Amino acid sequence: MTWTTEVDREQCMGSGMCAGLAPDLYRLDGATAEPVRNDIAEDERALDAADSCPALAIVVRDGPRTVGPRP
Amino acid sequence: MAYGEPAWLATRYADARLVLGDRRFSRAEALKHDEPRQSEGQRDAGILSMDPPGHTRLRTLVAKAFTVHQVEKLRPQVRALAHGFLDTMEAAGPPADLVECYALPLPVAVICRMLGVPEEDRPKFRVWSDAALSTSSLTAEEFLRSREELRAYMAALIEDHRARPRPDLMTGLIDARDTGDRLSELELVDLCVGILVAGHETTASQIPNFVHALLDHPDQLALLRERPELIKGAVEELLRYVPLGSAAAFPRYATEDVEVGGTLVRAGEPVLVAVGAANRDALKFTGPGRLDVTRTAVQHLGFGHGVHHCLGAPLARLELQEAVLALITRFPELHVAGDVRWKNQMLVRGPREMPVGW
Repeated sequence: MTWTTEVDREQCMGSGMCAGLAPDLYRLDGATAEPVRNDIAEDERALDAADSCPALAIVVRDGPRTVGPRP
Repeated sequence: MAYGEPAWLATRYADARLVLGDRRFSRAEALKHDEPRQSEGQRDAGILSMDPPGHTRLRTLVAKAFTVHQVEKLRPQVRALAHGFLDTMEAAGPPADLVECYALPLPVAVICRMLGVPEEDRPKFRVWSDAALSTSSLTAEEFLRSREELRAYMAALIEDHRARPRPDLMTGLIDARDTGDRLSELELVDLCVGILVAGHETTASQIPNFVHALLDHPDQLALLRERPELIKGAVEELLRYVPLGSAAAFPRYATEDVEVGGTLVRAGEPVLVAVGAANRDALKFTGPGRLDVTRTAVQHLGFGHGVHHCLGAPLARLELQEAVLALITRFPELHVAGDVRWKNQMLVRGPREMPVGW
């Protein structure tokens, strides 16, 4: 089962939260963050990153369904 | 530093970002070492002394309340509060102490409402909050006593919220503890204490610091009055230009050998970050010593970086934007009207008293 994750570069404020939390999933590219890969294995830390992002710039999907940030 | 073992000091922007953002640097390790620090007693800084995943568990509980979207809803309320305090100040007439009449009550009112703490208790927790951020003015015993008083105060408020839930952050955290078992009772108390202390002392210091910096740069102040739409960028520039922390605090320990700016930091060695210096690094910012409110895309480290990036950054930004703009537009003749008394022996720098006239 794989998930997909994206970072909205317009929303991202480059806090470094996601890259600090899960450097194998997210990295900083200059001023903003990006996913290391868009397709990821199911990983609680991706949901944590989406939940903790101060800009709510991270989305995690399971197929068409958004699973992160959690409600 | 005055206490603890020697440390490296990262002053370059790139090095600061590496140390703050890289998982090979740990905050939790500091508790196992004689951490370099400004105060006598070694302190557990709660969530700021934790690494992921423990840190993540607590942070995610409160993160949602402080996101950009969530905080933006408070803007009208913050603006109304700012003008309310200015009405009172204006009615009493000049001179007024900007700290006591405006810079302090505004963020206190906002964080108290969010968290669920009675605003009228401000004189009480003001003393404890001062102590929590003091450096050498208290002995280790005095510091611990003050911390226990603040914890007891918060624990009583939590009990009251348990008995009578209401729509605030404290009730939400109590629910996470009682139904989700996601944090311990002490973690719950310390998280509320942390939010209350960090949620006002910082902004209360930066409001008068920013006003002071603008009064010191009349051309920039005039430009901002003329073009109030610049306020968001101006606040980012002021966050870069005006250092909040006095000296450096919260060292990061290398968990393996890491090269930082051409220097090998060995596993087990601490690195302090000079955020104020990094924010004026000429390799990162053009004309770093110049205050320029028209600067764009200012990637400053005023809120830190990495997993400990300031939880309340969106709220702090909003409060600073609204507070500075309301003040300078209402009082075109604003000026310092007496001696500014500065805080000393505190982790954050700023005026303790700033008399202003208009």
